[in-house]
Amino acid sequence: MQSPLPFFPEQASNFAGNVDALFSYILVTAIFFTVLVSLLAIFAAFRYRRKNASDIGAEIHGNTALEIGWTLIPLILALGMFAWGAVIYVNYRTAPKDTLDIYVIGKQWMWKLQQPNGRKEINELHIPVNRNIKLILGSEDVIHNFYVPAFRVKMDVVPGRYNTMWFRPTKVGKYHFFCSQYCGTNHALMGGWVIVQDPAEYAAWLSGESGDVSPVSAGEKLFTQLACTTCHVSNGTGRGPSLNGVYGAKVLLADGSIVTADEGYIRESILQPKAKIVAGYQPVMPTFQGLVTEEQILNLTAYIKSLQTQPVPAKGAGVAPATSGKK
Amino acid sequence: MSTAAAAPVKTMPEHHYLNATYGIRSWLLTVDHKRIALLYLASVTFFFFIGGFFAMMIRLHLLTPSGYLLSADTYNRMFTMHGVAMIFFFLIPSIPAVLGNFLIPLMIGAKDLAFPKINLLSWYVYVVGGAFTLYSMVSGGLDTGWTFYTPLSTVYSNSAVAPAVVGIFITGFSSILTGLNFLVTIHTMRAPGMTWFRLPMFVWAHYATSIVMILGTPVIAITLALAGMERLFGLGFFNPAMGGDPILFQHLFWFYSHPAVYIMILPAMGVISELIPTFARKQLFGYHFVAAASLAIAVIGFLVWTHHMFLTGQSTYAALVFSFLTFLVAIPSAVKTFNWVATLYGGSISFDTPMLYAFGFLGLFLIGGLTGLFLGCLGTDIHIHDTYFVVAHFHYIMVGGAIMGYLGGLHFWWPKMTGRMYPEWLARISALILFVGFNLTFFPQFLLGYLGMPRRYHVYPPEFQVYNVMSTAGASILAIGYLLPMIYLTWAAFCGKVAGDNPWPATGLEWKTQSPPLTENFEVTPVVTWEPYDFHNRPDLGLDAVAANGVVPAHGDD
Repeated sequence: MQSPLPFFPEQASNFAGNVDALFSYILVTAIFFTVLVSLLAIFAAFRYRRKNASDIGAEIHGNTALEIGWTLIPLILALGMFAWGAVIYVNYRTAPKDTLDIYVIGKQWMWKLQQPNGRKEINELHIPVNRNIKLILGSEDVIHNFYVPAFRVKMDVVPGRYNTMWFRPTKVGKYHFFCSQYCGTNHALMGGWVIVQDPAEYAAWLSGESGDVSPVSAGEKLFTQLACTTCHVSNGTGRGPSLNGVYGAKVLLADGSIVTADEGYIRESILQPKAKIVAGYQPVMPTFQGLVTEEQILNLTAYIKSLQTQPVPAKGAGVAPATSGKK
Repeated sequence: MSTAAAAPVKTMPEHHYLNATYGIRSWLLTVDHKRIALLYLASVTFFFFIGGFFAMMIRLHLLTPSGYLLSADTYNRMFTMHGVAMIFFFLIPSIPAVLGNFLIPLMIGAKDLAFPKINLLSWYVYVVGGAFTLYSMVSGGLDTGWTFYTPLSTVYSNSAVAPAVVGIFITGFSSILTGLNFLVTIHTMRAPGMTWFRLPMFVWAHYATSIVMILGTPVIAITLALAGMERLFGLGFFNPAMGGDPILFQHLFWFYSHPAVYIMILPAMGVISELIPTFARKQLFGYHFVAAASLAIAVIGFLVWTHHMFLTGQSTYAALVFSFLTFLVAIPSAVKTFNWVATLYGGSISFDTPMLYAFGFLGLFLIGGLTGLFLGCLGTDIHIHDTYFVVAHFHYIMVGGAIMGYLGGLHFWWPKMTGRMYPEWLARISALILFVGFNLTFFPQFLLGYLGMPRRYHVYPPEFQVYNVMSTAGASILAIGYLLPMIYLTWAAFCGKVAGDNPWPATGLEWKTQSPPLTENFEVTPVVTWEPYDFHNRPDLGLDAVAANGVVPAHGDD
């Protein structure tokens, strides 16, 4: 089925066709210039080969029109490539709203992946076909990179922050994924399979026996275990702000600035609580750096995200009043 | 050959820099730029062999998908030490410290570089840095990749990172000193009549390179110093567990290491700009544009570093700006290429070995440069970043470009450096072997990359095997292509036919003195009255005599 000398890998995502088309455009331009310059050089080498040992070349110094021409034409072609590439990249970096969010954690040398309902996998990722998928990527140790050649997408997985990537698989099948950022001894073994299924098949797989609890309930349990509840009281009467409705909202800080509470902000508030203090509160929260794993942070984040729909207390909320702040 | 018999028998000059003094002290304490160049030649060749040995191990290991030769840890050490030896200890010093050191004073009509003792110091600094790095290689090796990405290098690696970092830190100073020496020399020591626009393009290229060396190298020194302190003393600059930022390391690292690519390729472009006019016997087409292109590359080259980081999660806007600037930096390289080809038009072209290397350079640099477009382009980089496509691309530039330039230059100036010719036909065949072997080694890697094979894999899925076998086969041919010149150039230095002052003939000032030159380079300071690469107003080149008597130049086909 596969040619012995394959050229394009399989196309199995919304990005694959466009990336291949852009690649082909650059390739055609590159081949054109390679052939043009090579033919000119070969032609000149034969046409102007030295016939007598004493021959010298013609007296030609240059030609400004030519110089301008071969500066401008490549420049225009290059800007075309830039623009097309920029469109794909901006699309890739801007995930749509309706994504199925899957948490991915890289560690030396394996991948841990978790579905929204809590089902966990190692080195395998089950996803439904024709659905927008967003991967939220975190690392336990060094920098990794999640790469699916058939989808033409990859993204670094950087410790200390979350990166996201999105794509829409367009073909049912089984595809390689690799770690493509060198991460130590078994870097080459740190891969697995993306399994793209029919929605029905995926739903059946998802509801299968796994015994895993969902990240939200795991996070809720942790929230109590780590005694977060002592200060972050939901009705706003604690030493820390209530977290109801915080996720995705604007937060007014002690220095007067306003930030949006996204995954990165929540993560930072857990690990470096003194970095951004909510207005009206004291910097009394201890750091949880080293006390919680990446997975636990994700669970806590999932729980805090689930509080988005809870009623925000009038006083003692982390959320900035709609009137405050002009930035 | 009957015509050759008419040529006067050439003899080596009685006094020259090689026989001016004798003994090991006369070499190790020399302040003669030409002898220092030969010291560099010996040391970079040593590191080239080390790096080449690692490369062979890598290619042999990858012959089968499961990798039969090395363990994962050994393989990771091999590719890391291959990169470190080749980049920091061979490619960066090769053309500037060997050919540049030897030729810049000769080309501008000076007795030596501006600071001869600093020049010698730079070699010792290089040797000390090299010794630390060798110590790292034998005392546990290095497995971080030549890029030293944190926190892998500073926290997680179990290899000898600290001595390697110290070694590269130290070696950087040799680069800075060399660049400083070149800049001052080119500014202040040009012979009467050697105006800026009469400078050989080789000197222009080294001027641009020196700027990059002086401005860029301190940044890698700082970066590696910070990484070393994090590893040794646990200071959290880059380790996120201590509040550091691992991406900051990449910004600092590539701020030097991208311009470092131009430290490797600009001097090679300078060599090609000498070879093509000489062997086409014609002025360089668009001299001012080629010189300006060198400077443009040096300047814009400092503004493209995050194109190595499009997928680290950096801001989308930053990625757009850096991709745009990356396309801009491609333009001066294109301009140079067009000018080289235009120089051929209407020339009188011979196919001596250096010219074969120039043609080889043109072909490989074209492919290497154009494949850079795929990587600078945001849309395609998402797919091919960190795959074999990148490996193939930068080998086309740094091996196909820089080493073709270096070998072309060595052949071209070998008669000046040693006073003797290499065996012409053997050299031509070697150049051909090298070209074929190179393409067979690295072209399949483009295909591997687009198919999705990531870099730095000690094992790989079986569907990638065909291209890996081709690549390994090519590497064995390539190895022969490198060994042959090492052998016959060494032989020629002692036993080759005596070359005479200007065997090609070429127009540069370095050919106006004897071969090998005197320690002082010139008996009297030369005065330059001609334009660069002008064969028309140069009766001193002896081409009229050739025409009159049918005497062929000394290197003729034998």
